[in-house]
Amino acid sequence: MSALSVEGLRVRFGSVEVLKSVDLAIESGEFIVLVGPSGCGKSTLLNVIAGLEQATEGRIEIGGREVTGVPPKDRDIAMVFQTYALYPAMTVRGNITFGMECRGVAKAEQQAAVARVAKLLQIEHLLDRRPAQLSGGQRQRVAMGRALVRDPVLFLFDEPLSNLDAKLRVEMRMEIKRLHQRIGTTMVYVTHDQVEAMTLATRIAVMNGGHIQQFADPQTIYDEPANLFVARFMGSPPMNALPAKLVASGSEIAAMVGPDAATAVPLPNATAAMKGWVGREVVLGIRPECITLPDGKQDTRPGPSLPATVEMIEPTGAETMALIRVGQSEVMARMRPDARPAVGSTASFAIDTAKACLFDPKTESRIA
Amino acid sequence: MSETAITMPGQARPARPVPRRSWLSEIPDLLTRIVAGVIATAAVGYVVGFTLWTVLISFTDSTLLPEYNFVGFKHYWQLLNSRIWQVAYLNLTIYGLGFILGATGVGLLLAILIDQKIRGENVLRTIYLYPMALSFVVTGTVWAWLLNPTIGVEQFVRGLGWTQFKFGWLVDRDLAIYCVVIAAIWQASGFAMALFLAGLRSLDGDLYKAAAIDGASPARMYLRIMVPAIWPIVVSVLVILLQTAIKTYDLVRALTAGGPGIATTLPTNVVYDYMFQRGLMGAGSAAAVMLLLSLLIVLLPYAIFQRLRRGKGGGHG
Ligand SMILES: Nc1ncnc2c1ncn2[C@@H]1O[C@H](COP(=O)(O)OP(=O)(O)O)[C@@H](O)[C@H]1O
Ligand SMILES: [Mg+2]
Repeated sequence: MSALSVEGLRVRFGSVEVLKSVDLAIESGEFIVLVGPSGCGKSTLLNVIAGLEQATEGRIEIGGREVTGVPPKDRDIAMVFQTYALYPAMTVRGNITFGMECRGVAKAEQQAAVARVAKLLQIEHLLDRRPAQLSGGQRQRVAMGRALVRDPVLFLFDEPLSNLDAKLRVEMRMEIKRLHQRIGTTMVYVTHDQVEAMTLATRIAVMNGGHIQQFADPQTIYDEPANLFVARFMGSPPMNALPAKLVASGSEIAAMVGPDAATAVPLPNATAAMKGWVGREVVLGIRPECITLPDGKQDTRPGPSLPATVEMIEPTGAETMALIRVGQSEVMARMRPDARPAVGSTASFAIDTAKACLFDPKTESRIA
Repeated sequence: MSETAITMPGQARPARPVPRRSWLSEIPDLLTRIVAGVIATAAVGYVVGFTLWTVLISFTDSTLLPEYNFVGFKHYWQLLNSRIWQVAYLNLTIYGLGFILGATGVGLLLAILIDQKIRGENVLRTIYLYPMALSFVVTGTVWAWLLNPTIGVEQFVRGLGWTQFKFGWLVDRDLAIYCVVIAAIWQASGFAMALFLAGLRSLDGDLYKAAAIDGASPARMYLRIMVPAIWPIVVSVLVILLQTAIKTYDLVRALTAGGPGIATTLPTNVVYDYMFQRGLMGAGSAAAVMLLLSLLIVLLPYAIFQRLRRGKGGGHG
């Protein structure tokens, strides 16, 4: 069953078009993450779905029902806000029951619902406190409780974790994921954090400039980004993008990232479309983990290697990142934790091109 | 309440660490301290000094000039038993309640209306704030014209054709005090509105969205969520209006001159009357001291409430 469908949605504020023809079709039970840089229109899209903002054009269906003109309270949705938006003068209990109070639900039923949600979120001991007396993580839970108690067909989350510190954010992220697995309700979750997107989503919609750039499962987004924007936005550090020239060597093709043939990176998995670009300028996209320093201990496949100058290294403990110079481009490489190439030295880096992507330098779309 | 970032008037700011500076840069600092010190001493001296002196005089039989023949509580008993003092306090009660509740209510309503429709907000805010810039004397004079049966509203409506229309509150013994209330509400509700609006605007905009999703009607949203969230501001406005009410003198002078008869006299008018019209300084001082006491009775609970709230909030105040 379709939980949410958005067709040809446009939103204009005065002369500024914030959303330019957005389409989304979401099945029941999915966990959709809308990800994109600040100001790209994520909150606007969420607000329009919730009915808090009016669409200029387009059609929205929630649970198979057209909702144009339906007020937010009747859309069968619940929303969690970035600032939590807890009612400051009410207790936690009051915050959770306020919606039911507005709908005239019987007192006993309200208390039963509060008890159920409080137990689920383990906030029973907080019910009589006011929001000002709670920590950030506790407020977050209460905000979730207020949403959960509505038992909607669709949950909307607008950057719910971005006001928490890093450690708590990871904890709450896992809890939200567990919650979804447990209750199975459809969720649309907005974030600008690509790690949150990758870890939570069943499908990710990457947004930029009022458009959805790509809508696919996390692995596809990561391995086959639709364009350079998606390639650079997803992944940390982002995918390396090197200007290159596509050349043919025998039956294979290679991307020449420098001035001479020594810098040619062979592309064994080249598709027919890629072959059509032989002799032209392209952008070669390689993830940092596909560029590494070979050593005797690791099982390195006999693959192409590239001479590069080490400009900087960043040991993080779990791995060592290196900024290396290949031809004109600066490239990030991910190495084993104890690798310590001397800064300024030239080393031969192994390149795994199995997942390399090519992009059209003009349109920035991926050449499939 | 900490998230709503409401600062209360009179709430101390946390002390900031002062960086060390050379002695040269401390000269202007020292100068500031000396000047401020002199002014503060003078102000405290005048206020405390003259208050004590007034208390002293209130126990004497002073007439036009201060004399020091003490008569104990004589003036207090006489005042408490005089008709004019009883009328004045009854008037103060009617006026105080009507004015405070009226100005708060009108101010809150205006603030909510403006909060709902942001368009033209600046214009509206200015219009409603203008009366605040006027002195009570101007307000009183203008409303005296408006409410005067021979030249004001009554005449205007009759001019429109309703020749039997009557609006004679100003000259009615029992209703004239309500004219004072109306004029004072007109003057102060803009001020109340400005404070309430600032409070509403300081609230998180997502609160409105959360309330919309919860399905709260506008009335319920403001009564249950927004106004409680700006409660400290509401209390401040109530207290400011209360002490304005008790101090009111010039409005009555300009609007009704205390009349008809003594029907709209307030305690402040009585004080002035004794002190400067009848030349009974002892009795006038006693009236002033009683007024001060009533002000204290009102303000002390507020100060205690403030202290309690700050203590209880544990930094959340
Ligand atoms: N009510 C509004 N009026 C005018 N512009 C708005 C309004 N709401 C949002 N915008 C603009 O729309 C753009 C997208 O905003 P938003 O959806 O909040 O972005 P995001 O949540 O992705 O950071 C921003 O440039 C913002 O300035
Ligand atoms: Mg946003």
